[in-house]
Amino acid sequence: MGAALDRVTRLEPALHAFLHLTADEARQEARGWDGRYARKGSALPPLAGLPVALKDNLCTRGLPTTAGSRILEGWIPPYDATVVERLRAAGAIILGKTNLDEFAMGSSTENSAFGPTRNPWDPTRVPGGSSGGSAAAVAAGFVPLALGSDTGGSIRQPAGFCGVVGFKPTYGRVSRYGLIAFASSLDQIGPITRTVADAALLFGVLAGRDALDSTTADAPMPDLSAVLNGGVRGLRIGLPREAFGEGLRDEVRGAVTAAAETLRDLGATLVDIALPAIAYALPTYYLIATSEASTNLARYDGVQYGLRVPAAGLYEMYTQTRAQGFGAEVKRRIMLGTYALSAGYYEGFFLKAQRVRTRIRQEFEAAFASADLVLMPTSPTVAFPFGEKTADPLQMYLADVYTIPVNLAGLPGVSIPCGLAGGLPVGLQLIGRALDDETVLRAAHAYERATEWHTYRPRGTGEPGTGNVGTGGAQR
Amino acid sequence: MTPRAAPSGYEIVIGLEIHVQLRTQSKMFCACPTTFGAPPNTQTCPVCLGLPGSLPVLNARAVELGLRTAAALECQIHTRSRFHRKNYYYPDLPKNYQITQYEYKVHPPLATQGGLDLPGEQGEARRVHIRRVHLEEDTARLVHAETGVAPGHSLIDFNRAVVPLMEVVTEPDLRSPSGARLFLGRLRALLQAIEVSTGRMEEGSLRCDANISLRSPGGALGVRTEVKNMNSLRSVERALAYEAARQQAILERGDPVGQETRHWDERRAVTFASRTKEEAQDYRYFPEPDLVPLVVSEGAAAEIRASLPELPEARRRRYVDAYGLPAHDAALMTSSQAMAAFFEETVRRHPHPRTVSNWLVGDVAGHLNSEGRELEDVPVTPAHLAELLDLVDEGTVSGRTAKEILPEMLHSGRMPREIVASGGLGQISDPGELTAVIEAVLAAHPGPAAEVRGGKSAALTFIMGQIMKHTRGRANPEVVGRLLREHLTP
Repeated sequence: MGAALDRVTRLEPALHAFLHLTADEARQEARGWDGRYARKGSALPPLAGLPVALKDNLCTRGLPTTAGSRILEGWIPPYDATVVERLRAAGAIILGKTNLDEFAMGSSTENSAFGPTRNPWDPTRVPGGSSGGSAAAVAAGFVPLALGSDTGGSIRQPAGFCGVVGFKPTYGRVSRYGLIAFASSLDQIGPITRTVADAALLFGVLAGRDALDSTTADAPMPDLSAVLNGGVRGLRIGLPREAFGEGLRDEVRGAVTAAAETLRDLGATLVDIALPAIAYALPTYYLIATSEASTNLARYDGVQYGLRVPAAGLYEMYTQTRAQGFGAEVKRRIMLGTYALSAGYYEGFFLKAQRVRTRIRQEFEAAFASADLVLMPTSPTVAFPFGEKTADPLQMYLADVYTIPVNLAGLPGVSIPCGLAGGLPVGLQLIGRALDDETVLRAAHAYERATEWHTYRPRGTGEPGTGNVGTGGAQR
Repeated sequence: MTPRAAPSGYEIVIGLEIHVQLRTQSKMFCACPTTFGAPPNTQTCPVCLGLPGSLPVLNARAVELGLRTAAALECQIHTRSRFHRKNYYYPDLPKNYQITQYEYKVHPPLATQGGLDLPGEQGEARRVHIRRVHLEEDTARLVHAETGVAPGHSLIDFNRAVVPLMEVVTEPDLRSPSGARLFLGRLRALLQAIEVSTGRMEEGSLRCDANISLRSPGGALGVRTEVKNMNSLRSVERALAYEAARQQAILERGDPVGQETRHWDERRAVTFASRTKEEAQDYRYFPEPDLVPLVVSEGAAAEIRASLPELPEARRRRYVDAYGLPAHDAALMTSSQAMAAFFEETVRRHPHPRTVSNWLVGDVAGHLNSEGRELEDVPVTPAHLAELLDLVDEGTVSGRTAKEILPEMLHSGRMPREIVASGGLGQISDPGELTAVIEAVLAAHPGPAAEVRGGKSAALTFIMGQIMKHTRGRANPEVVGRLLREHLTP
């Protein structure tokens, strides 16, 4: 804990990974665990004494939770999200709340109302988003474990940009209770870690049916530590030809193709698959996600909590509060979603998008008849410089072109480091069948064991490999 | 209830939307209690406050009560239905959307296409069709404070937010204000019989809005107004009668009726247009993504249907067929669950159904009506009424005396036998008690006593009158006569 806090003190001012740090409380809590460690033989919970960073859209009792927005500045939740309760019960120590694009809407953390986070690999570049703060905190060695949320790639894309592991579980595996909603049918909480083993460990703590979230799956969880080392021999890995075409940068294509070959060398079979409907994933996503967001964000009205801009009448108070409280991208998405749900447009936009979503899900199901996993890049590029895409929302949206279809289909997907391009990390994405999270993690773990990419650290963040925790990930 | 035209020849067309608070322990989407009258904001949690990150979880008991209603109203129960978000901004709506069941082709509400038979004037049934039964959450309660802790402010009590509501919507099948009242009364009795609702309109656990329009008989439907804020069965009838007359006056002037929402003012006995400007609201309904589709298996629906108790309409027919009650009495005996239960238990103790219903329809209802109270508000049980009727049968009290005992019984809850004994409303037949009275009267009136002994019958009448005066008319005349003869025989 001491070493981690030293790195925070040294590097956080430049990175801005956190919106709220609880270093003092964390230090104190850690001492409590030290005492218990000393007493030999007592059974420790799985995350005993381990520091964890939480994306600031996860409600924490007594700790400010802003979702990166002015409209929630100063709000202190009276309750813990289910995942926070489970982390506490597992002995984890909360080190702080991490930066994000406002209400998780963005791919660069540039939409945070409290300023962007910098990429530990290159401070002139974005860390990705929207869980940019969590990915940067892990990459910088502040914490071995962090939580993000992923609506269209918000765990996997920043994990790829920051050279760490980001896992989005199957929709319904992890309770959303206490996650400030962006798009309810797409949002999923997941781990951001240094190793796949750590991601599996954290996922095991988070996952499972929650009576407070009726969309959680009532499906048995496998013993992840038992299956993790199963290797990839005999697994069929599908490469969708649509994911390797136009828009994909050559250096990324090269790294991802090489990763596929490594998996083949480890005993997997590579198969060619087709997912033609993912060409429509982006517009489909931006109709469904914004529709849900437009009503999820209706509650920020100045009446009960958060920002209130005083005004003469009720409707003036509503409009002034929301005009001043929300940033430009959030407003853009609320307007788009409101439009898509409006009378006369609902059938043509929202319902049509739902039909395409079903189509995408069916195509994945068909692909899984001939493949056990799907392999794609996490993003078409490596981390881009600040400001490069802020002027053109569509360019920014394209950063999630490979991650969005996975949310639309509700599938598990992981991003793991698979190379460096110009000194910046490249992410490899593996996607599995619904509720088959373990095969995704198993293959990712096998790849990680066979390669060294996960051991590379950004310069200036301390000793390589120091963040390795849990059930025995590879040491460099 | 025969279709009736307004005097001018217009036909009244009424459809009702009834909001029913379901009798559940907890709210629709969280575990908070639903107790009526708790101090403001003491029954809340992140879910019913709509706090960021909170999620709804459907109350299974509320679904069961909705299904019981759907089954009792002979509806088609949909095996797969969904909840929707109805989006609009108002401070009583913490999320700024209400979770409800919208009628949409691919996502039907819980149940549709049912009906409720009403007792007609000659006892024949007339069916009011039910368009749909669906579930939704209630809003918070706004209090506009004139005085108190926050004068000039609006206060919000979230205790009522997310309380389970069921909406029952009829087709426009009702043709008179009295018919609307009758329907609502019969629906209330049904909801009580199946233990879905308390039916207390004054507590807001049953709320009724009405759509009303006029048309030439058989013609196209006229422009309707929606009438709200009717807080009793009586005010439903009064408000609709007022509104029908108002629309008629407008039409007779040759003016068009404006489509608007109007509120009933009970005190002034008028409807008035809401101040808020009527604009076509786009609620942007869409399926609630935080809830999974509600699936009701055929088996579960069948089980619910099989578990229903005897419903008021079946019970009413049984009272006519088995007990021989007149149609009007049978309708009244089944007008509420409390009344039916009271009637049946009284009949069990005093097996003369027609006598029991006569008393309940007549004197009991009369007293309750004059005091504006309901049967369940008075401390009287079937045992009380049965005992009173037994006393009449035994000859302990006359029918007239029984009518005098009734109000005392309704007020104090004392048993009639006890009232008779202590308050002395029974006849005095005890020779010892009467002898004492006779001796006192004879001693006080020596003159007339002597005249009686001398054989003057006029004096006997006087003496008898004095004895009755002393006993406030309760002396048994036969026993007094016999005793007098013994005392006065020379």
